[in-house]
Amino acid sequence: MADEVIYRSDHVLEYPFVRSVGPVIGAFLTGLRDGRVVGTRGSGGRVIVPPTEYDPETGEETSGVVEVGPEGTVTSWSWVPRPRPKHPLQTPFAWVLVRFDGADTSFLHVLPAAGPDEVSTGMRVRPEFAPEDERVGHVKDISHFVATGGAS
Amino acid sequence: MSEREPVTMMDAATRLDYEFTAGVAMSKNLHGYEQGKFIGQRCPKCKKVYVPSRGSCPTDGLPTDEIVELPNTGTVTTYCVVNVPFAGQSIEIPYICGQILLDGANLSFMGLLQEIPIDEVRMGLRVEAVWVPPEELGPTLASVKYFRPNGEPDADYETYKEYL
Ligand SMILES: [Zn+2]
Repeated sequence: MADEVIYRSDHVLEYPFVRSVGPVIGAFLTGLRDGRVVGTRGSGGRVIVPPTEYDPETGEETSGVVEVGPEGTVTSWSWVPRPRPKHPLQTPFAWVLVRFDGADTSFLHVLPAAGPDEVSTGMRVRPEFAPEDERVGHVKDISHFVATGGAS
Repeated sequence: MSEREPVTMMDAATRLDYEFTAGVAMSKNLHGYEQGKFIGQRCPKCKKVYVPSRGSCPTDGLPTDEIVELPNTGTVTTYCVVNVPFAGQSIEIPYICGQILLDGANLSFMGLLQEIPIDEVRMGLRVEAVWVPPEELGPTLASVKYFRPNGEPDADYETYKEYL
């Protein structure tokens, strides 16, 4: 065939969403902005962090604002040796599920480390907050987690 | 406790970066626009002509290797008058989006309708493509500036009822 040219082009799909967060997530994000971690109380007194408006297991309405942490325990993790462009860190890190002290659920965040040998289930961690004047009420107000040296 | 207002809103911008590769069939179609032509493909079994073609017949699953050049004329099978402004809109409202079935094609595509009062647009209207000036032609459907009435009598409903 005469013209075997194959066309290609960049294509960007973009939505400039701003969403209202409601009173429960709002309390959580307000806490992060102020350098604290808060959850809420679900059925049977279970403390849910990040908070939900309804207990995910029973569907009952949650109530109250409960401060937890700041330290917590890694309950599970996954090593990322080569971060992708949109990952929150551009150096090797672990996705970690952190159960804050006083909480009954886990929270997903990142823990930078030199290698996977430095990460383990049960390790003790604390959040490193972004500088106060950079915090806006977003999950990225916690810059990352760091190990405190302990284990549980 | 903070003296500041509680957080009620959150930026949640979403962005997906794609690299789109048109492939062989679509590239032929796009190359056609660069030359001011509609290029489609015909299925060897059902003989339907797809423009644009994805390279195979969705009914028979066969490669649509036969290249077909289509004429500049077609029929409006259905249409929509756009009255609502939206982000990124490039044409002044109100305007008309028509489904255009080119003569000899078995697939309609969306095209802008101009040079006709909005209340005179109708199903079955016969139209022709108006291309951008030759120096502005490119591998994009934007090479077709718009469609306009070509003066022929309306098409019979039976000829396009399958293509709404
Ligand atoms: Zn077919």
